[in-house]
Amino acid sequence: MTPAIEINQVHKYFGAVTALEGIDLEINPGEFFALLGPNGAGKTTLIHILAGLTLASSGSARVMGHDVVADYREARRLLGVVPQELVFDPFFTVRETLVIQSGYYGLKKNDSWIDEIIHHLDLADKANTNMRALSGGMKRRVLVAQALVHKPPVIVLDEPTAGVDVELRQALWRFIKQLNRDGHTIVLTTHYLDEAEALCNRVAMLKQGKVVALDSTQNLINSISGASVRLRLSPDTLPAALQPLLTSHDEGYYVLTVKEYSEIEDVLAALRRAQVQVLEMQLLQPDLEEVFVKIMGSTESQEAA
Amino acid sequence: MTGFYTLFHKELLRFWKVSFQTVLAPVLTTLLYLLIFSHVLEDHVQAYPGVAYTVFLIPGLVMMAVLQNAFANSSSSLIQSRVTGNIVFVLLSPLSYREIFLAYVLASVARGLVVGMGVYLVTLGFFEVPLRSFPWVLLFTLLGSALLGALGVIAGIWAEKFDQLAAFQNFIILPLTFLSGVFYSIHSLPPFWQSLSHFNPFFYMIDGFRYGFFGVSDVSPYFSFAIVVTCFLAVSWLTLKMLKTGYKLRH
Ligand SMILES: Nc1ncnc2c1ncn2[C@@H]1O[C@H](COP(=O)(O)OP(=O)(O)OP(=O)(O)O)[C@@H](O)[C@H]1O
Ligand SMILES: [Mg+2]
Repeated sequence: MTPAIEINQVHKYFGAVTALEGIDLEINPGEFFALLGPNGAGKTTLIHILAGLTLASSGSARVMGHDVVADYREARRLLGVVPQELVFDPFFTVRETLVIQSGYYGLKKNDSWIDEIIHHLDLADKANTNMRALSGGMKRRVLVAQALVHKPPVIVLDEPTAGVDVELRQALWRFIKQLNRDGHTIVLTTHYLDEAEALCNRVAMLKQGKVVALDSTQNLINSISGASVRLRLSPDTLPAALQPLLTSHDEGYYVLTVKEYSEIEDVLAALRRAQVQVLEMQLLQPDLEEVFVKIMGSTESQEAA
Repeated sequence: MTGFYTLFHKELLRFWKVSFQTVLAPVLTTLLYLLIFSHVLEDHVQAYPGVAYTVFLIPGLVMMAVLQNAFANSSSSLIQSRVTGNIVFVLLSPLSYREIFLAYVLASVARGLVVGMGVYLVTLGFFEVPLRSFPWVLLFTLLGSALLGALGVIAGIWAEKFDQLAAFQNFIILPLTFLSGVFYSIHSLPPFWQSLSHFNPFFYMIDGFRYGFFGVSDVSPYFSFAIVVTCFLAVSWLTLKMLKTGYKLRH
């Protein structure tokens, strides 16, 4: 099976800055994939290389088997990109913008699909409004719509929910999930890790231009061993016996990490022995954010070593 | 084909939607030049025997308007798209660099033609300008505006900011047009300036264009044609090369 996206040893230098350092990545058709990483990790640069907006310093990239440089026309036809920057052409209305964008892809009669996109992104009221007169979130919706005019099998969204209200965020994901069910491959970047966790079946984490984690979302979360419990105590002191389990202490809340849930028994027993009363207790499920923080932190300490 | 046509059409709409600034204003400016120069110089200058100065001036001014507006169209469209960032919509699409080139250059030609026609038609209401050979007129209009349209693409890609584009316009395009014999026949110049003018490609565009009206010119229209075609091919080659490599467009 031809991968939807194939990236081989991509390096990118901007003068002295190394934005990408040997990226290898393969994304299969039908995946819902998250590209995560802190600011400046190189996510946008990687997307730009796929889209042909940036040329790789070395290495190669393919979309559905088509090289993004040698076979750029076919690669671009198969790819829809929602750029991170909020850009628009102030000369045109929403509908004109979408008709023009369709035309660039060689589509003359695209009205029924345009209507459908407009409907799903809740832009119907604004279809004949000039782009200039739209709010930021509305402009973002049009950017998403523009990326979809040619029904690309591979859709890449670079922070599509930045600055977008809850309602649209939900509507947008509903629409994107439907596209995914219909067979479109989805790649997204976001700084909202709960979003990535809920939507994506696989995750790559980028840091300083390198892939530092690449696995299914579930495997990554399972990699966090043990469980955490958050406690508020009276009196507000943690017995010495429990100190080794402490991972954080913040505003009266103690977070203790145990290897297994059964060990929570022992924690409670130790508290009882020390005559400390539990005021509040919360079990913390490991989530993608925790994995993210841990991975970003651990690669940091590796570098320091 | 649809892709190219869409971009071309979008570029036409872009200037047509603001035709007050992009068509009417330059027509008016050119007519003011005509009014002032003809008033001041009518009795002092005779470029060609038997041709009133004002009538001599008209084709030159028409061509100047054609050239300047052709340049303005592609250059301002590109710099605006780059500064605002909406050039990505073109760059993301499967449009080939040749299609992009053609669309921008042809839209420039269209703007040059519309403005040139505007100036010409208004002056016809007041003056009798002969038209000896329409094919030459058309040929030089098309070639000249295409050349300036391509130059505009280069300038629009090269310039990072609006003031750099203005510099390109003020230090290269404007002097070359003004020193090309729009306002005089170069035979009236001292020998040094006369020979210097022969290195100015704009001179040949104006001279050949004027030949179409009067059947008289400073150099043979065939020669002018050869020079302008050569310049057009050279500039187009450079423009296509820039677009192909993604110079300043694809980082
Ligand atoms: N055109 C450019 N010129 C110079 N440096 C650049 C350019 N584009 C990106 N960079 C640098 O490359 C690195 C990666 O940037 P990139 O935009 O890919 O990060 P990102 O992961 O998308 O970050 P964010 O989450 O903030 O969007 C950064 O150090 C950035 O400063
Ligand atoms: Mg980014």
